[in-house]
Amino acid sequence: MTTAVTELAAGDPAQEDAPAARSRRGGGGLGSYLLVRFLLIIPTVFILVTTVFFLMRSTGDPITAALGGRLTAEELAQRVSEAGYDRPLFVQYLEYLGNVITGDFGTTLSDRRPVTEVLTTFGAATLELAVYALIVAFVVGIPFGRLAAYARDRWPDAFLRVFAILCYATPVFFTGLVLKLVFASGLGWLPVAGRASTRAEIELQFLDDPTGIYLVDALRLGDSEVVLDVLEHAVLPALALGLLTAGVFLRLVRTNVIGTLGTGYVEAARSRGVAERRLLRKHAYRPALIPIITVIGLQVALLMGGAVLTETTFEWKGLGFQLAQYLQARDFVAVQGIVALLAVIVAVTNFVVDVIAALIDPRVRY
Amino acid sequence: MATSVTVPPEDAPRTDPSRRGWRRLPVVHQLRQSVGLQRGMLVAGLLLTALFLLTALFAPLLAPYGHAQLRDADGPFGAQQPPSAEHWLGTTVGGYDVFSRVIHGSRTAILVIVVAIVLSLFAGVLLGLVSGYFGGWLDRVLVVVCDAVYAFPSLLLAIVMAIVISGGQSSLFGGILAAAISITVVFIPQYFRVVRAETVRIKNEAYVESARVIGAGHWRIMTRHVLRNATRTLPLILTLNASEAILTLAGLGFLGFGIEPTAAAEWGYDLNAALSDVTSGIWWTSIFPGLAIVLVVLGLTLVGESLNDLADPRLRSRRAVTAGEAAETPVVPGGVLDGGPGGLDGIEETHR
Repeated sequence: MTTAVTELAAGDPAQEDAPAARSRRGGGGLGSYLLVRFLLIIPTVFILVTTVFFLMRSTGDPITAALGGRLTAEELAQRVSEAGYDRPLFVQYLEYLGNVITGDFGTTLSDRRPVTEVLTTFGAATLELAVYALIVAFVVGIPFGRLAAYARDRWPDAFLRVFAILCYATPVFFTGLVLKLVFASGLGWLPVAGRASTRAEIELQFLDDPTGIYLVDALRLGDSEVVLDVLEHAVLPALALGLLTAGVFLRLVRTNVIGTLGTGYVEAARSRGVAERRLLRKHAYRPALIPIITVIGLQVALLMGGAVLTETTFEWKGLGFQLAQYLQARDFVAVQGIVALLAVIVAVTNFVVDVIAALIDPRVRY
Repeated sequence: MATSVTVPPEDAPRTDPSRRGWRRLPVVHQLRQSVGLQRGMLVAGLLLTALFLLTALFAPLLAPYGHAQLRDADGPFGAQQPPSAEHWLGTTVGGYDVFSRVIHGSRTAILVIVVAIVLSLFAGVLLGLVSGYFGGWLDRVLVVVCDAVYAFPSLLLAIVMAIVISGGQSSLFGGILAAAISITVVFIPQYFRVVRAETVRIKNEAYVESARVIGAGHWRIMTRHVLRNATRTLPLILTLNASEAILTLAGLGFLGFGIEPTAAAEWGYDLNAALSDVTSGIWWTSIFPGLAIVLVVLGLTLVGESLNDLADPRLRSRRAVTAGEAAETPVVPGGVLDGGPGGLDGIEETHR
């Protein structure tokens, strides 16, 4: 949901925030830059895990939250002390930190599964959805953004800009509902919900060592009907989540192409007699794509939030769907675990994106 | 209720109209500066925003029924009734009148926006000002904390906050406050970054130095000299955040962490309730609350984007240059600051 504001950052790939990195300005090359970025993951994750822990615990212990109405006071007290929730908060916190460091994010209350297992079971589905959504975002956002910049201030530009704003002004679940109304329950072209039909899911079960990414599994199975079925189910969720990001990309590409068109080297190329079309395609367009890489990092956070809503809309059984289920069940151990895990994922992805950006564009690392 | 509605989010920078005249007011100034397509977008955005404000203000007059009304003199409304003369937009699965809930929903939305923005503005600006002005270890810590929070999926953070504040179920004011505070936590880092970056830049200006030489205290320098010059990008963030607040509120409601249907009308909740209707082809329960969200967010975003583009000379429509106003940095309560070309360098520095 941070689309609009994050876009403003287009030209600025993420350094201002790192005081440690800034103090090294002038000295050091790629190596020290990457080291500082890497070390910054630790405080980021630490802060988020700590914040989430104390916030969640400030409402009381999770067992009372989950089972409060259903057990007597004595039973409740017994369960609470069994789980160790009656100890001082700080002791619990230290224990929790120790567990997190060893990769133990807790066990869910409602179905008694380790949170890491929840992640491995449902993470693949979310990853699959996110990849589809990014493909949609690239295919729609980048060419149209270029077109809008070319046609600046003329009607295609006006149309595309309104389209881009509509893309991120529409809540992803509403996009999903409209798509469902039109293409699923209205025209009947595509399935309403789920990741695959029951028959396909059963066939996929027989695969040894499934990846959990249905398209990959279906391709390995070699059954074209299953592949088609899986793809059909993916179209609407991918569009719903992808269009959200497409709007961001469209705006970003447009802004940056317009920006690079005004730079000295484009002017120089024009004065050398380079054709206007070539100028747009080679000189202005390519450098404008660099900020996209940085913004993808931010999109990971956006996609995570969007995935929770998209998965709920389409009953796409991924992490987000599961998180919503745990929220309904008031299983706050699971919520805390998943949120903390996502914090790690977001921090690591941001690091990877920073690395890629630094490798491509030397200006990023000063 | 009605009084809080009278503060449109885009009027936030406290310029003194008696000193500058209405033409220097934000938004009015940009409106005069804009041309062609850009002006069209700004005007469309302002119209939609005005419509939203008026709807919220006059909701009880416009809506035929109450937000939680299930029956009138003729008996119950009935569930999932298609649009008719009595129920213009039909009724929901819970038996509420869709039209009335859409109208009343604007009130909930604006209350949440106002509370969220006021809270985050206070906290974010104060933290940013102190952090940027004094620097040191406090600054370092705050920057790292805000970055960590900023990088995190805002909806998840809002969910955690909603659990903390209300345990998920809430009354009217409990729910509005919970939603608003959840959104506030997400917004504070944004205001913090912008104000801090501006403060760091401004505190080295000669006039701050002079104030210090004269013997002005820290507090006076911070409020009189730094803050008044550090707020130039706030109107833009305000409008964008207002739209984000609505989306977050709707997202929370959609996941069942918003406001109870009996306490107030909330569009996200209505969309969640309409989820099963969609499968059976019932369209009126989801389309109208959804459209309400889209129109409001569209209006606010159009205003925000236009302000952004007008502040950036690279993006300002080229015809505006011939109008002779190109070099003017917009939304600067204290006049042009440093002759830099971009009005938005503060925000570009601070947002990743």
